[in-house]
This record gives sequence, C-alpha cells and structure tokens, in this order.
Amino acid sequence: MIEFRAATKRFDDGTVAVNELTLTVEPGGITMFVGPSGCGKTTSLRMVNRMVEPTSGTVLVGGRDVRESPRAVLRRGIGYVIQQTGLFPHRTVLDNIATVPLLSGWPRRRARGRAAELLDLVGLPAELGRRYPAQLSGGQQQRVGVARALAADPPVLLMDEPFSAVDPVVRADLQDELLRLQQELDKTILFVTHDIDEAIKLGDRVAVFRTGGVLAQYDEPAALLGRPADDFVASFVGRDRGYRALGFLPAKGVPVGEVATVRLGGSVAAARDALRDGWAVVVDEARRPVGWVSASRLSGVDGEAAVSDELVESGGSLYEVDSPGGRAGSLRGALDAALSSPSARGVAVDADGAVVGSVTAHDVLRALADARQAGEVPS
Amino acid sequence: MRAVLGELIGWFGDPAHWTGPTGVPQRLLEHLGYTALALACALVIALPIGALVGHTGRGGFLLVGLANGLRALPTLGLLTVVVLLAGVGLLPPIAALTVLAVPPVLAGTYAGVRAVDPAVVDAARGMGMREHQVLLRVELPNALPIIFGGVRSAALQIVATATVAAYVAMGGLGRYVIDGLAQLDYPQVLAGAVLVAALAVVLDAAFAGVQRVVSPAGARRSRRGRAGRVSAVRATEPGGTPG
Amino acid sequence: MSWLARNWPHILDLVRQHLELAGVPLLAGLLLSVPLGWLANRSVAARGLLLSVSGVLYTIPSLALLVVLPAVIGTKILNPVNVMVALTVYTIALLVRSVTDALGSVPTHVVSAADAMGFRPLRRFLTVELPLAVPVVVAGLRVAAVSNISLVSVGALIGVGGLGELFTDGFQLQFLTPIVVGIVGSVLLALLADAVLLVAGRALTPWERGARRAG
Repeated sequence: MIEFRAATKRFDDGTVAVNELTLTVEPGGITMFVGPSGCGKTTSLRMVNRMVEPTSGTVLVGGRDVRESPRAVLRRGIGYVIQQTGLFPHRTVLDNIATVPLLSGWPRRRARGRAAELLDLVGLPAELGRRYPAQLSGGQQQRVGVARALAADPPVLLMDEPFSAVDPVVRADLQDELLRLQQELDKTILFVTHDIDEAIKLGDRVAVFRTGGVLAQYDEPAALLGRPADDFVASFVGRDRGYRALGFLPAKGVPVGEVATVRLGGSVAAARDALRDGWAVVVDEARRPVGWVSASRLSGVDGEAAVSDELVESGGSLYEVDSPGGRAGSLRGALDAALSSPSARGVAVDADGAVVGSVTAHDVLRALADARQAGEVPS
Repeated sequence: MRAVLGELIGWFGDPAHWTGPTGVPQRLLEHLGYTALALACALVIALPIGALVGHTGRGGFLLVGLANGLRALPTLGLLTVVVLLAGVGLLPPIAALTVLAVPPVLAGTYAGVRAVDPAVVDAARGMGMREHQVLLRVELPNALPIIFGGVRSAALQIVATATVAAYVAMGGLGRYVIDGLAQLDYPQVLAGAVLVAALAVVLDAAFAGVQRVVSPAGARRSRRGRAGRVSAVRATEPGGTPG
Repeated sequence: MSWLARNWPHILDLVRQHLELAGVPLLAGLLLSVPLGWLANRSVAARGLLLSVSGVLYTIPSLALLVVLPAVIGTKILNPVNVMVALTVYTIALLVRSVTDALGSVPTHVVSAADAMGFRPLRRFLTVELPLAVPVVVAGLRVAAVSNISLVSVGALIGVGGLGELFTDGFQLQFLTPIVVGIVGSVLLALLADAVLLVAGRALTPWERGARRAG
C-alpha cells in the first residue's frame, strides 16, 4: 500500500534526516514508526503526503509514485493527524471536520452531515459540533483531529505523535479508541511515536529508527521484544522486554482455579465461613469483583454486620479468560493479575467482567515452561 | 484656567462656528474624509504585501526594519517636503498620510500571519489546501485580530497627522489650531485641540468595539493562543506614535 | 551643501535643543513609570485605571496636547516646558505598560525564592524584579525614544521644535534644503538613540546573552 524505495532526505545544512529508507507497508493494519528524536521518523511519514520531498528515492502509495499527482489532490486522499491537532481555531468543530470534503467540492449540507456522522464515530456528543476547538479538552480536540482526517474516507491515515500531548489516562483511552475504530474501518495507518509502549500496544508492525534516519528493525511487536536485531533496538525496547513479551502469548494453558466469593452487603458471619485460605473475593450483584476480604480484616467485626466498603481491600489487575487476543488475556495479563493481588491469587473474569476463578503466578510460569517445551514460544 | 474654560465654552456656544465651510461639521467631515481616504490607500498597499511576506516568511526582516525606520520619520518634515515637491492640493498630503499609515498595517498583517500556530498551517497544507487557500481561509481569518490592531494604530496615526497637515493648507479640524495660532486666537486653538482629541478618543473606542466583534469566536476563548497574541500585538506597535 | 556649511552652528544648536526636548521627557517618564508600573502590578484596580488612562492619553494627537497644555499648567505657549511635559506624558503612557508587563513577566518562582530567602519587599523589587524587567523596559524605552525624537518637530508649530524649525522655516521660504537636512538629522538622531539604548540594555543584562546562545 505504501512503499518507500531508498527514500533519502538530506537538508540544506547537510544533515541526513532519512537515509535510504526501503520499507513496504502492507494494506490494512497499523504500522508504527518509532525511535528517538532526530531519527527521521516524522520526516519519513511526511514524505508520504509530500509535506517533505525526498532528496532521492521514491515513495509510492497504492502502487503510484506520489509525485504523479499534484500535492493538494494527493493530500486530500490521505488522512493527516498531528500532535498539536492543528484544528482551525476560527471554525467550529463541525466545520473543522468537514474541511476536506468541502475542499473536494462536496455540497455544504452533505459535508456537514458527514461531519456529524464522524463526530459520533469518534465518540463525541453531537452538541460539541457547534463549539470552537479552544472550548474542548485536549483529548476531545485530538478525537476531532482524527475525525477530520477520516472525513473524506481516505484509505491511508498518517498520524504524527497524535497522542503525545495528552495525559496518560486520556492517552490510553485514545489508544483503545483508535484500535476500536481500526477494527471497524480497516485503514492503512502509519503512526509515528517516540513511545515504544505505544508502538507495541497499537502496532501490527513496528519500524524502529535510529538517529541519522536509518531503519534498525521492521518487525511484528512480539518479534521486536523477543528478537531485537541489535543492541540499539534491545536498549530502545527497554528493560522489561522479557516480561512485556508475555503480553503476546495467549494464556490458554493456565488453569483457572476456584475462588471463594462473597456478596458486598452480605453478612460478615457468612463471609467468614466462605473464606478459602483466609481470603475471598467481594463481588457485586453482577458478580463483578469489588476487592478482597481477609480473615484478619474480618476478625473482631460483629457477625451480624454487613460486608461494607471499609472492610474490602482493593484488588489487583484482572485476567480476562475470554479475550485471548487482548492484552489482559495474555500470559502477561494472568501473571500481572496474580502478582498485583493482595491474596497472591489473580482474579479471572469473563467477557462481562464476572468472576470465574483465580490464577496463581506459579501456574502461569508452569504454563510458560510447558509452552516453551512444546516449541510455542519463539526464542 | 477658569477664564480659558469660559472662552472655550463661549467658542463652542457661538452658532457661527457650527455652520458654513469653516464650521465644525464641515471640518469634521473633512478630517474623517482624509482619514478614510488615506487608510484605504494604506490598506490597498500594505495588506497584500504584509500577507504575502507573512505567508512566505521571506523578507520579514526587511519589512520589520522598514516599518521601524519609518517610525523615526518626523511627520511635519514629511508633510512639508511632499507639499514643496508636489505642490499644494489634496494629493500630496494624502500621500504623506498614507506613507505614515502603511507601516502599522504592514507590520500588523505580517505579524498577524506569522503568529498563526504553525501546526494549524501544517494541518491545512496536510489536508490538501492550496497555498492561496491556506492564506485566505486559515491564515488571514486567524490573523484578523492582530491585523485589526495594526489598522487601528494606522487610523489614529492618520487622525493625528491630519491635524498637523492643516499647516500645509489642508482642511480638517487642525485648521482651528493652525489658524488660531496664526491669529493669536487662543480659544479657537483650544477648541480645535479639544475636537481633535475627542475625535481620536471616540474613533479609538469605536475601533476597540469593532475589534471585539471581528475577533473570530474561536480565538476569543483560546487559552493557548492568548499570550502569543498579546505579545505579537505589542510587536506591531510601530504605528502607535501619537503623530 | 553651502547652506549646510553656512548654517552649521545653528543646526548644531537645533540638534542640542532637539536632544534636550526629547531626552529630558524620556528620563522623567522612565523615573515616573517605574513606581506607577510597580503599583499597576500590585493592584488590579490600579492596573485597570493606569492602563486605560495611559491608553487614552496615548491616543491624543500631539498637536492637540501641545496647545492645550499651557491652559492646563499655566505656562506661556512659547515655553519649551510645554513640549517637554507633553512628551513626558506620552513616555509615561507608553512605559507604564512596558514596566507593568515587564514586572508581570518576572517568573513567580523567582519572586517566591527571593521571599523564601528573606528579602524585604523593597530590596526584592530593586535587586531582583527590576533587573529582570530590564529587557522589556528597554524595549519600551527604545520605542519611546524614537517616537519622542520624531514628535519634537511638531513643536515647531508652536515655535519650539528643535530640528522641526527647519521644516517650518523651509516651508515658509519654499526652500527644500533645510527640510531635507531636518528630516535626515531627525532620523539619524532617532537611530542613534535606538542603538545607544540597545547597547545599554545588552550591557545591563549580561545573563541574557548566555541564555540567547543556549536557546
């Protein structure tokens, strides 16, 4: 879909931003460009919509040299999202989203209608459409930026550190939202980031650049973590890569054991009877976990009293048995659930979030050893 | 002081000063006419150049230097030299007024366009706007408040200088001051000065009102843009000499 | 050229007068603006009042101010004090804003650090805030200097105008040379004053140089 053929960018002062980049981005899926600052990842991205012209080499989109079409026409067919959003401060949110359709000559009414659809698609309420960008939060602005890039339904989306300027919680939301959108829309997305965790979370493939605009490794995230091409990639990928690689291994071999549960609001006496090894998971009406109660916490409390919030210890992360594809259903999810639980038992939940059992770190490690013996773990 | 005030009120109370070719309404219209004419000329010259230089970023250094240099030009000197060279008539003084009004508009337009968030301009290009679309649909609308600040400076500069221009045989409210000085008729001098000062203050307030209206609604509430905008307005103040 | 040579002493005299008419108000304006700017930076009410009053004063055309002043301060119309007072008014109108902005832009953490080390308010103002305000104040001072020098000439219309007298003389005699000499002289004075202030400002703020290079 996107092809770099020995693309090189040398600036007037002699610095080489991108050095002989050759790389093919398959249609569909998210391809991440990641690397330290000054590695040429953004310059490479900007070659695709000709915001930067390569000094030598070519870039192809859909098999055609990008230089074949006039810049403006090429760009209208490629979505573009940047870190600072670049929303037009003087236009309403709706008119911002309608920009490219209007440039392409759509009638105003149709462009506005399309913009309203997109507002909904990126999860923003319709009444925000009449506001101006400065009246939105950072996260909302970034959603509008994505909606604007999608307005003309381009097959290719370029995203230049779109989530770097928002706080970590909002960033995680936006990342999840992008994955959801991508499942629905199946675009070819080229995404630049300096954050290796973001690259591994979002990417179907990840290209790691080193300073000087040289491609260091282009691979799937699991392979990047498991087999970094050299010391630079290994150090860039980071310290916990062995642990993080578990995130790409399904936890299907991990046995889910039984776990004691007590209802929030039930009697303390009943809770004492239910404890197993001194612990029980407190659940709500839908059997969703609220936390843990322990023998030591309950000792000395009147048996007639109800199990209240004050008696509950907060729990750890949850292991989702039914989502083998997702992160929480991986060996990493299972292990983290066990390690972060006050009872040393990780709480396993189903797709609805209801408690189905528990896992232990020991079981996870044994499952890992079994999988390795069976040759299922690349090493 | 009190006697002077009485004479001043007496001057304004004399119905003869409110009619005919030397009456206040006529002089006021003349003054406003010069202002409008010179401002229009300055806009026609300075807006396109300022916008273009701001858009391309080329020649900005030259433009700012020129605007600053023109600020050092003594108004009265410019007026007298133009009139001596080109003769008495409407054209030479209007030309001189235009020369003085061009720098603030030029600097305001340039600074306004440059002050537009580069990310916004980048996004506009990235979405496939052509250069003229980037300038007309994105840069100029967002630069409007700063451009308008420059226009406001220019208008005040013209009003002030048009007063001085009465010296080179122009009409307008400055006539009262110049004629009064020549005839040693101090109440008339004072009346002229009060009228000119009032005109300037009212015009400035009117511009301030319009400025509030033309600021795009999106820019008014902008938290991020505010600091940059204010300092950029300050940078365009070369036109702000009282003349 | 021969006109220039013949009138050289007279021109030098006008230059001296011009510098005096522009320079004294600049100095007086600066001395008065610092306390006013300090006040404006301390109280919101004072700030609103001072800034709007200086805005209005700055709007008043110079010729109008020049001829009204004798009535207000009781001087004779030919008295040079009128020009000096008028230009002082403009200088203050411009510098109060500069000083206010400059003091306002001193980082609060620097001020807090001074407080924490036990500076008394006056000492803190004189040794911490004022020095840090110098670059912005100097920028305002440069604008005021250039503006004053160009405005002095208007005083010629009431008989006190430094080089501006060359304009009225030349106009009455229909003689271009003095006017051109006056314009060139006035512009040169303005550029010279601007350059002197620029250099002085740099000399007063050695810490800015390193920062500029690093940035």
